[in-house]
Amino acid sequence: MKFLRDLMDKQRPLFEKGGKLESLYYAFEAGETFLFSPNHTTGIKGAQVKDAIDLKRMMITVVVAMIPALLFGIYNTGHQHLLATGGTAGLWENFGDKLTTGLILVLPIVIVAYAAGGMVEAAFAVIRKHPINEGFLVTGMLIPLVVPATTPLWQVALATVFAVVIAKEVFGGTGMNILNVAMTARAFLYFAYPAQISGDQVWTYLGDKVAVDGFSGATALAVAYNAGVDGVPVTEALSTHNSVLGADLFSFSNLFMGWIPGSIGETSTLMALLGALILIGTGVASWKIIVSGFAGAYIMGFVMNLFAVNEYMAMPPQYHWVMGGLAFGIVFMATDPVSAAQTETGKWIYGLLIGFLTVIIRVTNPAYPEGIMLAVLFMNVFAPLIDYYVVKANKTRRLQRATV
Amino acid sequence: MSKIVKLKKGFDINLVGKAKQELADFAAAQTFAIKPTDFIGFQRPKVLVNEGDTVKAGTPLLIDKAMDQVIYASPVSGEIVEIKRGDRRKLLEIKVLADKAMTFETSEKVNLASIDRDTLAAKLAGSGVWPNIIQRPFGIVANPADTPKAIFISAFDTHPLAPDYGFTLQGEEKYLQAGIDALSKLTSGKVHLNVDGSKPVPAVFSGIQGAQVNQFSGPHPAGNVGVQIHHLDPINKGEIAWTVSPTGVVQIGKFILEGIYDSSKVIAVTGSEITKPSYVKTYSGANVSTFVKGNLNSGHVRVISGNVLTGEKIHLEGFLGFYHNQITVIPEGDYYEFLGWAKPTTEKLSYHRALGLLSFLSPKKEYVLDSNGRGEERAFVQTGVFESVTPMDILPVYLLKAILAEDFDEIEELGIYEIVEEDLALCEFVDVSKHPVQELVRKGIELIQYS
Repeated sequence: MKFLRDLMDKQRPLFEKGGKLESLYYAFEAGETFLFSPNHTTGIKGAQVKDAIDLKRMMITVVVAMIPALLFGIYNTGHQHLLATGGTAGLWENFGDKLTTGLILVLPIVIVAYAAGGMVEAAFAVIRKHPINEGFLVTGMLIPLVVPATTPLWQVALATVFAVVIAKEVFGGTGMNILNVAMTARAFLYFAYPAQISGDQVWTYLGDKVAVDGFSGATALAVAYNAGVDGVPVTEALSTHNSVLGADLFSFSNLFMGWIPGSIGETSTLMALLGALILIGTGVASWKIIVSGFAGAYIMGFVMNLFAVNEYMAMPPQYHWVMGGLAFGIVFMATDPVSAAQTETGKWIYGLLIGFLTVIIRVTNPAYPEGIMLAVLFMNVFAPLIDYYVVKANKTRRLQRATV
Repeated sequence: MSKIVKLKKGFDINLVGKAKQELADFAAAQTFAIKPTDFIGFQRPKVLVNEGDTVKAGTPLLIDKAMDQVIYASPVSGEIVEIKRGDRRKLLEIKVLADKAMTFETSEKVNLASIDRDTLAAKLAGSGVWPNIIQRPFGIVANPADTPKAIFISAFDTHPLAPDYGFTLQGEEKYLQAGIDALSKLTSGKVHLNVDGSKPVPAVFSGIQGAQVNQFSGPHPAGNVGVQIHHLDPINKGEIAWTVSPTGVVQIGKFILEGIYDSSKVIAVTGSEITKPSYVKTYSGANVSTFVKGNLNSGHVRVISGNVLTGEKIHLEGFLGFYHNQITVIPEGDYYEFLGWAKPTTEKLSYHRALGLLSFLSPKKEYVLDSNGRGEERAFVQTGVFESVTPMDILPVYLLKAILAEDFDEIEELGIYEIVEEDLALCEFVDVSKHPVQELVRKGIELIQYS
């Protein structure tokens, strides 16, 4: 690696103060620190040794935790396509075709998200003269996973740019933002271009092929909602859904595994849990938020059961865990350390409320079949308030001690 | 009414180069120095000697005009060889070349039974031993005019490679007892002696009377006196407590019983780059070169006065800090590392378990850590980590953010009175975003202290 190091050392004066490309210093610095950990040493006073962790390593851990969901999403995109167009019946038949179709659809979205966001990130770093934030490694991967595979690429680019600028850079970059960046991107698409990210037509890619007669592109959440309206037990509606394609497509186990239409990475609860395992095992995400988030959804589902006035409210609460993006949202979005509650007590409350809200929005609001997106954004806004009271309690304890 | 406190939060940094429990026969240090920068809060130094003067151990060299009853004395007898100043004539060091045979300034022995509190305080302040007494809040040299609500002594040090007081103070029981007797005259409350609850109490501490003996156990920072105060009798706004290290107590005891300022102490010479890590007997402010030179495993090293968490980088020819009982020598880390942020490693220590950081698999292993900064400073991102290494009811990140924002009320309400740098030193080590935590803590203290 000596020649790379020499190359860097040779170029360095160009970008340093007084060099020709001085204004691009932070772009150079990003590349350099990506290749080589810097040779800075600790100061004269204070800690003389430092922990081996840095933000780059932490962020890449999150990216790795998302890989199972990405890979599954790629395959499932192809699977749903062939299933809807009558090309396949079994899960593992036509493996190669499914994989190729998935890759052709998903990879461009990933590339566009990284490229668009990366350019904005670099531009801001150069103009505002701050180092490039590693947080984008995660955002760039999260955005593709929460949109349908049919999303036009220009919308992906636009949403990414919007989210990076409005949700992050205007606040000063990673660490300063209030809202989860990837969720903001999705919310932007949801409200700006609802036709491409809601309804029954967008979740399954059909391409130039024609769907099988009687095919419905509805997601499990939509089926459940309609069952509530029609007065059919939800589990029954789910099990008979799309019976022209195969039996029991929306069975609990299929919902859990993720062999259902939906956004690219969010369908599989199993893959989200696998990600959760990595995040909790490495200590990167807060287990408190994940546990309390799932618990909150279950509790609210159960409360709904008690006061059920329609069939959706009477749905067994565990179905909330496996339908829609709840698992993905709780594991990867709610745990974003910057936009989540930052106190340990606050994390319990924050996660619990995300679970509550998701189920409330799902069941009671006809306009938004999926609740996790709005629940996370809503709680992002309220996280500082939760922390405020937790911190206040800490101050009060100190004050009371003084006056006793 | 002794207390037993078991702490769970914290992190032990196991390093290579623990001192063997024996006194090494290193050549004695020739020069000794007193550095005003060692005394935090030292405001207006006034030098009382000139280059070329001869002094005895205990001769006043320096005072702080802001608190002129406390003298800073020469640790040894000899000749003043240099009064070193830096930019804008800032006083850096007063160097003394030691005599072959030590002579002491002598005063009469103190009869603790008959002396009153203020006379005792004045005597100690004029003796050279006083700067061992530190005031909380702020961690500055105590003011003899104050009466603290209690005095705290931590009888063990949990810092990386820290010396074992059971070894360094053996045979000093008499002086330790006298020191504690003197201290208990100075406070309106108790003297707390906090021992390591996870080990048998060393002989030197086991027979002590007149102090409340508390047991603390757990990972570092269980041995930090600030953490102990928090669990025994926390400091509130307007209150004053004092802390003294056991070495300082022994020096006080020697003045009480012998009437001299004897700054001798046994220090640990430690670290992965030291060939023969061991203990050595010397005096306060010793030049470290004779202990270090010829005792090194490699050439490119960083010599630290103190430990790797709270110490100060000095030169091979540098001087031991007044409060330090340890020298640590580690490799200098000024190298680039190809993809250093991504490589899996078992060689680098981490409190975290993020991708590729495998040190958590072998918690007992001793590590060789260098002074590399391990990445660049970023905004606060990860949460919950600081809290998990701070065994106090304090929210470090909120406190640090309040300091960055210079929000005086918040700084006060979030507990600045209870901490000094060393109490959050572990936060600086584990920080993902590489903030200068200890520097910020001092900034926060100064904001409040001088407001």
